[in-house]
Amino acid sequence: MSPELIAQLQFVLWTVLKIAGIMVVLILGVAYYTYAERKVIGFMQVRKGPNRVGFFGLFGKFHFWGLGQPLADVFKLLLKEIIIPQNANRFLFLLAPILSVAPAFAAWAVIPADDWLVLADINAGLLYVLAMTSLGVYGLIVAGWASNSKYAFLGALRSTAQMVSYEIAMGFSLIGVLLLAGSLNLTEIVLAQSGGLFDWYWLPLLPLCMIYIISGVAETNRAPFDVAEGESEIVAGFHVEYAGASFAVFFLAEYANMILISALTTIFFFGGWLSPFQNAPLLGDTILGAGGVHWFLIKLVFFMFTFLWLRATFPRYRYDQIMRLGWKVFVPITIAWVMVASCMAVFGIVDRGV
Amino acid sequence: MAEIQNYTMNFGPQHPAAHGVLRLVLEMDGETVMRVDPHVGLLHRATEKLAESKPFNQSIGYMDRLDYVSMMCNEHAYVRAIEQLLGIEPPPRAQYIRTMFDEITRVRNHLMWVGSNGLDLGAMTVFIYAFREREMCMDMYEAVSGARMHATYYRPGGVYRDLPDQMPVYQETQWTKGKDLKRKNEWREGTLLDFIEAFAKDLPSKIDEYETLLTDNRIWKQRTVGIGVVSPERALQHGFTGPMLRGSGVEWDLRKKQPYAMYDQMDFDIPVGVAGDCYDRYLVRIEEMRESAKIILQCVKWLKENPGHVMLKNFKVIPPTREEMKDDMEALIHHFKLFTEGYCVPEGETYAAVEAPKGEFGCYLLSDGANKPFRVHLRAPGFAHLASMDEITRGHMLADVPAMIGTFDLVFGEVDR
Repeated sequence: MSPELIAQLQFVLWTVLKIAGIMVVLILGVAYYTYAERKVIGFMQVRKGPNRVGFFGLFGKFHFWGLGQPLADVFKLLLKEIIIPQNANRFLFLLAPILSVAPAFAAWAVIPADDWLVLADINAGLLYVLAMTSLGVYGLIVAGWASNSKYAFLGALRSTAQMVSYEIAMGFSLIGVLLLAGSLNLTEIVLAQSGGLFDWYWLPLLPLCMIYIISGVAETNRAPFDVAEGESEIVAGFHVEYAGASFAVFFLAEYANMILISALTTIFFFGGWLSPFQNAPLLGDTILGAGGVHWFLIKLVFFMFTFLWLRATFPRYRYDQIMRLGWKVFVPITIAWVMVASCMAVFGIVDRGV
Repeated sequence: MAEIQNYTMNFGPQHPAAHGVLRLVLEMDGETVMRVDPHVGLLHRATEKLAESKPFNQSIGYMDRLDYVSMMCNEHAYVRAIEQLLGIEPPPRAQYIRTMFDEITRVRNHLMWVGSNGLDLGAMTVFIYAFREREMCMDMYEAVSGARMHATYYRPGGVYRDLPDQMPVYQETQWTKGKDLKRKNEWREGTLLDFIEAFAKDLPSKIDEYETLLTDNRIWKQRTVGIGVVSPERALQHGFTGPMLRGSGVEWDLRKKQPYAMYDQMDFDIPVGVAGDCYDRYLVRIEEMRESAKIILQCVKWLKENPGHVMLKNFKVIPPTREEMKDDMEALIHHFKLFTEGYCVPEGETYAAVEAPKGEFGCYLLSDGANKPFRVHLRAPGFAHLASMDEITRGHMLADVPAMIGTFDLVFGEVDR
């Protein structure tokens, strides 16, 4: 073997290893996000949430506040039968969960958690993220169609319309970021926000930031925009016919997407891994002042918490109201603010990034 | 060119928003509902027929199981019908207890309603909040009758027994101890009446909590304002009663218009809606809970000051106490007769209605002079409400169907009977 080939092989192996690392962290994150969701909503609703399942009885009576629950759930779902409805399209039915989870994971390739901690530091990072998040909807459509159920079909139609509409608002809010940062590379977008809390883009792009967060909730089909699986109307929407592992995969995709949207909000509007006290006197060099993964995680967790908070607070929108909000409120506001943002960039009110 | 047809969709009987066993066959044009066909009868248990085959008192328990969210109000209608035929009047203390428990039942029903209607529209937290308070209402039922739901507490001639002097307290367990236990038992130190008083005084602040989640919530308003509008005329034509009718602006409440028990002694208001949509009906029910708290407090005040009998002393209808039965021959005979044969009700027919939380719950009773009713008919408010489903829901969207089911406050125990 030539040394070139060996070097290439090494590179491939190393990359695969990194991908595996991201996957493990992400799947564990999703597992404990579900746990956190049940706990957080539990506390908001004056009840306890899961508190029984420990770790295989290893520690006697001590249950670790139910920390074993996600593991138990995962194993339960994996061991259950995958029921395929008689008139369902077998191939598409099984393909759909994969179609939905793959983009949710793939998008993580370009997410920087620190200036060195990113799998692929590509220049078209933002475009790649947009492409991946848009692809996720195919899983839903295919699932709804292949299930051969009216509930699932309605759910799929709703989610399609919703995603297409909110993608526009989302895209426009990112154009604002793009204008100010002057780059499509996510690492550079973060670096362009250097300077502390008030240099992050949430301030000059406040309306876009809000719309991005709300559209993110809509993109991931979470409450109050969860019409695609609207429990009380169409039972579980597009995944009503799914059981066992195939359902678990949809679940994984949904939560991975939520974490992804939180990470993207952090990166685009809240300075990624940068510290809010950057350049502050006294704190400058301490762990509080220096940027790093810890800051990224803190912001990430905050936005993840917001998802749960919304779910515990709001009733569900009606389908046509979501459409109205998307097209008649969000799209005009974003377009207007893109103009404002470009003026800011041109007249130097905000420092252009790179 | 192919003709585009509407499609039918099955909504229930196993559906998270079907409130039991409602089955709707929906004809849909996309998301718009073109026709609704409610199918009822899946929970039919032949209560009326069963009542014909057993002595009067033995059917009281069946009444609990009709509208299983407002148990004592159902009992009240049935028991009143028997009392009317017998021509007896329970002692005032029993009447006050009935009034109080009717209102506790109303609070209980409306708490369940506000929670489940919230859940139907996707607001999950208010459901758990409401159940926190509902639990206390269940404890009141339990303290007074021994059962948390199906109380069988009212009897012709009064109520089964007097209110207990001691409110049961929580015992210490592995999970409830220390501060938790103390907080849970805070109101339970004294009598049942003390507990009810503390509850009723606290209730308005709890209702405020639900209102912060819903009343001014934009999404909640978008989902309920202008949805399922019923004009007052149409509401009357449909035979609506209760909050459904009052939500449309018709001031009709049996507690005021045909007072029974001690309602004519009570100071309370009847909330009335204006627009006749889901939001107004929501406001009416929330307001009714506040009024109920007022009535409960008035009853507690009277009951604390006026001890006395809770049952008539009429051995032809009401069994003697156990002590009397043990040392009096007459009492023993009465006891035996009442527990084997029951009592005979004079020939005649009557209709007695109460303002149940869902509307007018009536009992039409026909007696041929035997110890069993010849015919019982129960007028369930939910049945009349459900009958209007098609007319009201037509042209709304699919997501409004659960909102409508929620606003009807359907319980299939009473609709299917």
